[in-house]
Amino acid sequence: MRLTIPEHEIMTPGHLACQGCGGSLAMRYALKVFGKDTMLSIPACCWAVIDGPFPYTAVNVPLFHTAFETAAIMASGIKAGLMVQGKDTTNVVAFAGDGGTFDIGIQAISGAAERNDDVTYIVYDNEAYMNTGIQRSSATPHGAWTTTTPVKHYKKGPKKNMAEIMAAHRIPYTATASVGYPEDFCKKLEKAKNTKGFKFIHVLAPCPTGWKYDPRYTIKLAKLAVQTNYFPLYEIIDGIHYKQTIKVKERKPLKEYLKYQGRFKHLLEDEVQFLQDFIDENYGLLSMKFE
Amino acid sequence: MKKTMMGNYAASWGAQLARVQVIAAYPITPQTLIVEKLSDIVADGELDAKFIKVESEHSAMAACIGASATGARAYTATSAQGLALMHEMLHWAGLARLPIVMTNVNRAMAPGWSIWADQNDSLSQRDTGWMQIYASSAQEILDSTLIGYKVSEKVLLPTLISFDAFFLSHTMEVVDMPEIELIDKYLPPYKPDYKMDVNDPRSFGALTDEQYYYEFRYKMQKAMDEAVDIIKEAGKEYEKITGRAYGLVHPYRCEDADMILVTSGTIADTTNVAVDELRAEGKKVGNLRIRVIRPYPKKEILEVVKGVKKLAVIDRNISPGYSGIFSQELKSALYNEVDIPVRSYIAGLGGRDVKIEDIKDMANDALKNDAPNDLIWKGVKI
Repeated sequence: MRLTIPEHEIMTPGHLACQGCGGSLAMRYALKVFGKDTMLSIPACCWAVIDGPFPYTAVNVPLFHTAFETAAIMASGIKAGLMVQGKDTTNVVAFAGDGGTFDIGIQAISGAAERNDDVTYIVYDNEAYMNTGIQRSSATPHGAWTTTTPVKHYKKGPKKNMAEIMAAHRIPYTATASVGYPEDFCKKLEKAKNTKGFKFIHVLAPCPTGWKYDPRYTIKLAKLAVQTNYFPLYEIIDGIHYKQTIKVKERKPLKEYLKYQGRFKHLLEDEVQFLQDFIDENYGLLSMKFE
Repeated sequence: MKKTMMGNYAASWGAQLARVQVIAAYPITPQTLIVEKLSDIVADGELDAKFIKVESEHSAMAACIGASATGARAYTATSAQGLALMHEMLHWAGLARLPIVMTNVNRAMAPGWSIWADQNDSLSQRDTGWMQIYASSAQEILDSTLIGYKVSEKVLLPTLISFDAFFLSHTMEVVDMPEIELIDKYLPPYKPDYKMDVNDPRSFGALTDEQYYYEFRYKMQKAMDEAVDIIKEAGKEYEKITGRAYGLVHPYRCEDADMILVTSGTIADTTNVAVDELRAEGKKVGNLRIRVIRPYPKKEILEVVKGVKKLAVIDRNISPGYSGIFSQELKSALYNEVDIPVRSYIAGLGGRDVKIEDIKDMANDALKNDAPNDLIWKGVKI
């Protein structure tokens, strides 16, 4: 098989991520594809810490740390500043967690998407506020334990469908990705890099600390999420043309994915079934859109 | 070139003359005309800038910060609720040491909804690390925009230029527009030593522990201290090309005054007229307009007021639970330095008109009463 992941490394190994961090892998791949002519906007999220304290940095490209709700608009501002100085070719990438994207940052994302600002927004989704110590976000799935949805009243209700929200803006490129499928992820990063306008990539980034699993299972879980249809991999062109990029011939039972994760271990059989039915229904609706 | 214009348009043309490169703005009364005009100016190709029509004021300031971090000259304008929404990002711009200039049309905070003049919006942002200018004429709005960039880019602190809603934003005045060639010399392109640069990759605003953060604050204070002289120099240099002088405080008939009124904004201009009338009545009264409140011109104020028998402050703002904010600042400047009784008046909140007679009333009250007083409500109807 031909290796499609760029060989060169831009991110340095001396970062502060937890062992098995899916979010640090997401950044590593993103920088491999976007290259040195890139600037990052990073809001409050794990990566505000992972990059290292002043005066250190692990990304080797200019990085502006910004307020929680401003990753998208900060990228737009950086892009505008570069454009008026004739530096049109520089890629500007907002790189944010799910809390900064699904919750507090959604207004600025919607604004940048509606204006079709020429930046790429990557959300590394670990399905809760992990940097502050595992509090639920609107990306937390039904059934999950977090410190603000303890076992007695675990998270009820589905995860917000961010890709659909972005597609509704009719932006040129929306994609889902998983760090368990790096070649697929890199292809999508490449497409985003070569597309003008607002690009949105939602990458699932398992978190051993918050999901309560053994760090060695990060890739396994990132694959199982796809193989169970929990997190289908697809792209949406111009908000209307849906294409599945990793086809799952026979989906695995959801419990295969859940069983490794402490955050789901309190779920009884009927809740697991409820979640399974929900995932199947969701996938059914999505698959009707695939061209 | 002289032109008749509203105060708001003086801000727009000030930004155009400053050749701002990125504008990010959101509409709010009574500021909206400023950015509408700029939108036209950019669309017509009269200014080589990118205008980002953002979805909130919070984003307006964030976009200015991003643009400024790349080395572009950034501008926005707002009022009241918009400025309050920006609060978090005002700290960000200040601590990131980015020379953004913003116009704020002073408008009362809601509720009840009010679109009229009141300084509580900008004074609530006093401690965010922005230099703050209070203008009292349309000409000064335009001139301050240019001086603002000049100073900001030197000391690496942002500047907020505030002026009263409607009394100044929507009234017409003859304004001299300096020739662009002169301004280009006065305000050359912004060339920061540090900026986001792919050839020199750095991380800006990273996690900063107590081993560094404390010194960042110290340096910010040093920059504010230095700004006092730099504002004076920038004002003098501006006078050379335009004939118009600007300092941090503007005294009027203060030299031989027994009592000095301390004012800001449009009330200051009305006070000059009141002073003339009081002088005609034989009362030795002066007016000290505070133009810049951050950095606080303590030395400059003391030079004017030392030897005066009494001071009377008029505040179009209030810190609920204490008193007017200019009053508090003035008293803290006097303490340990000189012993002058201060009588402090609140007037004109929410855009209530402060007329020449009102100012004379306050002055006469202060002349009659020797006792200091922290809080006197002028014309309260309860």
